[in-house]
Amino acid sequence: MNSIESKLLDRRQFLKLSTGSTAALVLGFCWPLNGKDSVSGEDVTFVPNAYLKIHSNDTVSVIMPRSEMGQKIYTALPQIVAEELEADWSKIKVIQGDLNEVYGSQTTGGSASVRTQYDRLRKAGATAKAMLIQAAATTLNVPVSECHAESGYVHHSRSDRILSYGSLVALANTLAVPKNVILKDPKAFHIIGKAYKSLDGVGKVDGSIKFGYDFELPEMLTAVVARIPKYGGSIVTFDATEALKVPGVTKVAPISAGVAVLAENSWAALQGRKKLVVKWNDGPHAKLNSKKISDDLHIALEQEGTIIRAEGDTDKALKTAERQIDLTFEVPYLDHAPQEPNNCTAHVHNGICEIWAPTQNPGAAWWAAKSVTQFDDENIKIHTLRMGGAFGRKLQSDYVRDAVEVAQLTKLPVKVIRTRSEDLKNGFYRPSTVHQVKVGLDRNNKLVSWNHKLSGPQDGWAPIITGGADELAYDIPNQKVSYVMTKQPIPIGAWRSVAHTQNAFVHESMVDEVARKTGRDPLAFRRELLKNRPRHLGVLDLVEKHSKWGKPLKDNRAQGLAVHYSFNSYVAIVIEISEAKKGLHVERVTAAIDCGTVINPDGVRAQVEGGIVMGLTAALYGEITIDQGEVEQTNFHNYRLLKMDKMPEINIHIVESTEPPTGVGEPPVPPTPPALMNAIAALTGKRLSRLPLKSQLG
Amino acid sequence: MTLLTFTLNGKKQSVDVPPATPLLWVLRDTLKLTGTKYSCGKGLCGSCTVHVDGEPRKSCTLPVSKVEGKTVLTIEGLGARGLHPVQKAWIEDEVAQCGYCQPGQIMTAVALLDDNAHPTDSDIEDAMKGILCRCGTYQRIKKAIHTAAEEA
Ligand code: FES
Ligand code: FES
Repeated sequence: MNSIESKLLDRRQFLKLSTGSTAALVLGFCWPLNGKDSVSGEDVTFVPNAYLKIHSNDTVSVIMPRSEMGQKIYTALPQIVAEELEADWSKIKVIQGDLNEVYGSQTTGGSASVRTQYDRLRKAGATAKAMLIQAAATTLNVPVSECHAESGYVHHSRSDRILSYGSLVALANTLAVPKNVILKDPKAFHIIGKAYKSLDGVGKVDGSIKFGYDFELPEMLTAVVARIPKYGGSIVTFDATEALKVPGVTKVAPISAGVAVLAENSWAALQGRKKLVVKWNDGPHAKLNSKKISDDLHIALEQEGTIIRAEGDTDKALKTAERQIDLTFEVPYLDHAPQEPNNCTAHVHNGICEIWAPTQNPGAAWWAAKSVTQFDDENIKIHTLRMGGAFGRKLQSDYVRDAVEVAQLTKLPVKVIRTRSEDLKNGFYRPSTVHQVKVGLDRNNKLVSWNHKLSGPQDGWAPIITGGADELAYDIPNQKVSYVMTKQPIPIGAWRSVAHTQNAFVHESMVDEVARKTGRDPLAFRRELLKNRPRHLGVLDLVEKHSKWGKPLKDNRAQGLAVHYSFNSYVAIVIEISEAKKGLHVERVTAAIDCGTVINPDGVRAQVEGGIVMGLTAALYGEITIDQGEVEQTNFHNYRLLKMDKMPEINIHIVESTEPPTGVGEPPVPPTPPALMNAIAALTGKRLSRLPLKSQLG
Repeated sequence: MTLLTFTLNGKKQSVDVPPATPLLWVLRDTLKLTGTKYSCGKGLCGSCTVHVDGEPRKSCTLPVSKVEGKTVLTIEGLGARGLHPVQKAWIEDEVAQCGYCQPGQIMTAVALLDDNAHPTDSDIEDAMKGILCRCGTYQRIKKAIHTAAEEA
């Protein structure tokens, strides 16, 4: 058993933050000061900390500090709390927490919800349990040591008496919050590690759960924005005469992103926008196209780069190498294209700005609202709504800013929606990058030098381009990784697994190519280079076994392998493809993941399946292109997603581990495209080093 | 404006909207049935699928005037009197990730099973390939359709 000093805010601090006048961002918590919970109206509610409310009817509400977008934290996080609380799972309810500084960062990204909240939520549950046991011991007038908690009750076995949590809340409320709590021995876990069904499973199949797009307020207007089409462009004039004739359209007015059409319903807004005539100024990038961006990136590689990893002397090692292999890789811009396009509802009235946003980043939404309205901090309120997918896109707050600006045009609440086309054309894309890799081998074909130089369209935060490039896991004595940035007007952002998407593709294609060129089995070759990386080896062992790696395959079939570490987790993927008259087909994907302690194995599997599909989609079709200063893709016909008829069979294996839990949502993505490319190389002998495949397969 | 009448989830429904309005927006905005989703608006993804006279139709490109006198079933109507076996199978096989595409997936799957009680994998692929899921739940959708077929 381990005792961890509780870092949870105690109730007094929490109360001060929740109700004190200095607390700017605090919303949504209610303390039963006068014996009633102001939300539920129940007589007494025990609120031991910011993550939990235990009600007198035995319901346990777990408050979510992060947002739900399909990663199923609405089930995984409650499992963590319920485990330590010894709660009755059937009594658990989930409440989305609003923006509140007691939670620290509420950004949902970096595959971090479970790994960063694990300790906190365990402590939250354990603290509440300790207080309930204390309350029961006092009630029964027996020593605490004779009581234990189980399934929502405190038991006193000697006298065979039990008290439900709900019956203890009044007394528990009066107790001091213990500073140190004992956490359970993981060997005794019976909720963590089990494949509980999603708590919101019914709502997802009967149409009842609400996403941002479904949000509704009385008298709410709906708006769409005719957005400036070209990067750096602007509005010259607009004529709203015809738009205003559309029944239901109430107002047309410019905002910074374009011209907003406000209406009584979505269809009127969409029709109004169609009728709107806008004269745009093309701006300085009207000639920009993908070819020019690609050329810029290639030319940039001629410059000296900023070094982010240097070990040994790669230049010398290359010169003295027996053999050198060079490859240049290129990947395109990618859009996230979540199934639910961006949207946000805002109400600006009487000096108050209230926002309802499907967002991964309520903090950024708050800042967007603040910067537009300049209202006092306490008058800006953010409510986080459920997302229909996000994948990093909803970390941005451009759509929140739109909504606030539009809401300033009316006293009524307004939901600003984007069409698919607007959403695709106004993304924050996974950046396009170019990579030059030169490796040297000694006379025993041992890899002695690795030189990776990459270029990307970024003049700000480099890791969005370089992340993972400087973490090559392979044991190579001389390594140099450097980058050169070019400036482009296309917004970029974190796309599921961020820079690992491109850098894993480069690492895993290159290592595979070396294995192939030197006649070695790609798996055995990697194992050799990963001798000191037991967790990499662990996932390799699993995929070797379950993919039947190296065993004879049917005719016209081949397998490709990739392994990659990201977001503290290890994933290996084997992809088996076939070639028939109709072209290449992805038959089977075998994946292994080591993500430490598993909270919900089925949830992990779901994320791995989804990550593989996203990786395959990117490798096969994914490409945002630019022509005449604007994005060319407008809908799913020219930004294709994988469909069910192209879906391979996916088998997933999870490494058993007692290490702390690590990322799950993103790590399966990076190794997928290179595993596919390596399978193609194995089948056809052709090394394809540019994504997506569609342009190269014919 | 003229009143348009159709049967919605078992009840007569009249709406007073421009006849060219897509059924999707009539359901969502006028009738507040938001279970039917917007995702592409061009008939390319299937998130907006409902049944019209028992056939799966993409409601984003279907003018409401075309359903006059017809019978429309949405995801809300499907489970109104207890969950449909397909919905149960979806829960059993834990299909949904974000859930946004799932009403369209489920409505399409129900129509498939109405026609073909025991579809093969390739029947399923044929029927479902127009319904996109960005979260990548296809493997589980296929499994859940088999589950529903076995249990029905
Ligand atoms: S929203 Fe109707 S098919 Fe996509
Ligand atoms: S479950 Fe998210 S789009 Fe299908």
